[in-house]
Amino acid sequence: MSGGHSEYNPSNGFTKWLDARLPLPRFVYDSFIAYPVPRNLNGWYTFGAILAIMLIVQIITGVVLAMHYVASTAGAFNSVEFIMRDVNYGWLMRRLHANGASMFFFAVYIHIFRGMYYGSYKNPREVLWILGVLIFLLMMATAFMGYVLPWGQMSFWGATVITGFFSAIPLVGTTIQEWLLGGFAVGNPTLNRFFSLHYLLPFMIVGVVALHVWALHVTGQTNPTGVEVKNMKKETVPFTPYATIKDFLGLSLFFIVFAWFVFYLPDYMGHPDNYIRANSLKTPAHIVPEWYFLPFYAILRAITFNISIPFTDIVLINSKLGGVLAMVGSIAILFVLPWLDTSKVRSASYRPLYKQFFWVFVVVSVLLGWLGSKPADGGYVIAAQILTAYYFAHFLIILPWLGWYEKPKQVPPSIADAVLKKKSTAAQPAE
Amino acid sequence: MSAKSKSEPTRRDFLYIATGTMGAVGAAAVMWPPIRLMSPDASTLALSSIEVDVSSIEPGQAITVKWRGKPVFIRNRTDKEVEEAGAVAIDELKDKEARNQNLGAGPATAVNRSAGEGKENWIVMIGNCTHLGCIPVGLSGDFGGWFCPCHGSHYDTAGRIRKGPAPENLLIPPFEFISDETLKIG
Amino acid sequence: MKPIFSKLTGLCVVVFLAMGVSGAFAAEEGETPHYPIKKPREASWSFAGPFGKWDLGQLQRGYKVYTEVCSACHSIDLIAFRNLSGLGYSEAQVKAIAAEYEVTDGPDEDGEMFERTAVPSDRIPGPFANDEAAKASNGGALPPDFSLLAKARGVERGFPLFVFDVFTMYAENGPDYINSLLTGYQEAPTHIEISEGTYYNPYYVAGPSLAMAPPLDDGSVTYDDGAPETLDQYSKDVSAFMMWAAEPFLVTRKSMGFKVMIYLLIFSLLLYLTKKKIFAGIKD
Repeated sequence: MSGGHSEYNPSNGFTKWLDARLPLPRFVYDSFIAYPVPRNLNGWYTFGAILAIMLIVQIITGVVLAMHYVASTAGAFNSVEFIMRDVNYGWLMRRLHANGASMFFFAVYIHIFRGMYYGSYKNPREVLWILGVLIFLLMMATAFMGYVLPWGQMSFWGATVITGFFSAIPLVGTTIQEWLLGGFAVGNPTLNRFFSLHYLLPFMIVGVVALHVWALHVTGQTNPTGVEVKNMKKETVPFTPYATIKDFLGLSLFFIVFAWFVFYLPDYMGHPDNYIRANSLKTPAHIVPEWYFLPFYAILRAITFNISIPFTDIVLINSKLGGVLAMVGSIAILFVLPWLDTSKVRSASYRPLYKQFFWVFVVVSVLLGWLGSKPADGGYVIAAQILTAYYFAHFLIILPWLGWYEKPKQVPPSIADAVLKKKSTAAQPAE
Repeated sequence: MSAKSKSEPTRRDFLYIATGTMGAVGAAAVMWPPIRLMSPDASTLALSSIEVDVSSIEPGQAITVKWRGKPVFIRNRTDKEVEEAGAVAIDELKDKEARNQNLGAGPATAVNRSAGEGKENWIVMIGNCTHLGCIPVGLSGDFGGWFCPCHGSHYDTAGRIRKGPAPENLLIPPFEFISDETLKIG
Repeated sequence: MKPIFSKLTGLCVVVFLAMGVSGAFAAEEGETPHYPIKKPREASWSFAGPFGKWDLGQLQRGYKVYTEVCSACHSIDLIAFRNLSGLGYSEAQVKAIAAEYEVTDGPDEDGEMFERTAVPSDRIPGPFANDEAAKASNGGALPPDFSLLAKARGVERGFPLFVFDVFTMYAENGPDYINSLLTGYQEAPTHIEISEGTYYNPYYVAGPSLAMAPPLDDGSVTYDDGAPETLDQYSKDVSAFMMWAAEPFLVTRKSMGFKVMIYLLIFSLLLYLTKKKIFAGIKD
């Protein structure tokens, strides 16, 4: 949207000199000050900025925690408690980091659902969306490895279970698993490499975020109407101060929720068992991942049956591999979402049916999360199987079918029209 | 915001200034915990004092103990060494300050450098050269005290810098004799 | 449009029916009973809520209960004597408490380990040299360390309580559990079989009975401050002490939280007003 031309005007000798050599101020000006954003963005669009700040919060708290953390099976648990008890503000940094991960996922889920609701993934923003899914995957890997570091019972058994996924791969599974673990079971080499990667991946996330923002600035932001900007002058406002102040407000409100958990309920999102030192001879009664993995965990556990060639006993995919495939698939399917949704209309505001299916999908995801926290027996498994089927049906059946079946509402010709119409109806509430 | 707002802040300007100030204060406040986190922690500070049994150190002998991760020289000096130290005029010294944390400021006399009246034979010093922190070697150098092999600093029998690049006398940590046998450092 | 709507509703009905059926299944499977048999009772704690404060008298009593009773079997590895200043003891009192203990130090010049009087920087020594010794003395059951127990125990709250907890700031699962357990020993009902050498307790999280005999009884510890010498009081005091041991910065955390909240609320309000002002400037 910003196109090739820049409105940056170096004001003094130094900025002119620098602009001819390294146009960094011009870049910042064009990207974060003059960059035009649609004027009708709502609060849900502040989560991008919130996520950027949360990434910085996680990196800063993480870097200082690493200064006191000991990555060894003998020292890890005690070093975390040392941080909590003896290090100046160590308790605060660790609480921020641990709860920050939860808040990060909370924000990313809102960000993803916002993208789904307003059809932000559609042409020409497919690459933008795919980069986002990639960030989500990297976040999951980072969060999982971070959870192993305190070396509590859940850390250890979570690591054991998750790395067990790889043993599901036919033929080479066990070899890959042992290669990942650096041993026959989760141990010192595992902890050390997880620490190393946990430190590395966030910087890779920063890199992909840069690409994500770059892609965003090429195509420009969508907006609640889903209509592309047609008249730059009438329909956009400069990023600063309009988007900046909105992002700050969103961030401040988000931080109230964040602080609520950090200061008053710091263990709410955690599991008591992680305050017990890892013990490789004793499994906790229920192994539960962190809440943000629960829907995927439920999908993993829903596949309890082997898939055979019909009328024979030849097993094509056993239940273990099936579960892993389903779980991987539930995330991988997001990569192809731009091509599964065949509707020409972007925003759910003008898609009455999609809007309903969207909310059903949200509810199904939350219910899957709830099931993921329940023991895997009896009715819970059946419910998880039904909901897993619906999860995939949403992408593979409902979305393609809707594009063909649904009759969208009249889409406004431009953002300006939509805004003006909204204003006039607001002025005459009697209508 | 035209020329008028420069001379007389409007209500809108006040709001902007208040919000901006609030944000700046908040940003500054959140920087503090991660910075403070890097300073010594409670368990490190708790180990800041040690007790040493010095009853077996004969005149002319020295031991080195570890205090706060640094070597501390504890030397029971011979009468000759004490005498030599006392014979040096303050004006001859490169660093005229006692550098004794038990005293505060004071001239680098032989008594001020020792464990005090009646215990002049004892000298307790942090064994890191005041140049760049290497450990000086005892009973060597041009003045019969300590010699730092890293960059050639010579200290006399009272641990005062006499020659070489080091700027200050060897630092004397806070210490006291709890009894004749026990020395408490820190 | 209509038929789709009804289809959708139908789908929702199917989903929720499935959930209902699943719930019923889960209930049927309840043949294997879920533990704990009884949910912990919620007590009132001075450190609960946004303005929670330690009751230092209670913490000191709790520490007394720990040293006189619990410490016969349970260690408290992560606590050093110097930490006891958090219970309101002066530096001299902490030194005096430490001086009552002997700790192993060394090796000395001869390579021997030796015993010396403890100093404030030492950790509180436990009753056993290692876990194996602890197990051997306790019929194979390992008495858990006390340092983190108040955070390492907690009974799942279940729906919908766990949603309310976010707003009521309920975070006392640990002390409530410990308190309920200590006061919850009773005769086993006839239909529940208890294995040899264990004691029935409906609040126990991992089964109908546990290896620890009822540790406290009315009058087993003498209090100097006139607090009632009852099982209930002991239990509450030691639970509070264990919460302190698990989270010594709890009160600091909450008081800092209040300041942060005030700041964020004012800042948000200012940002909101600024945003309104800025957006008022847009012309159509």
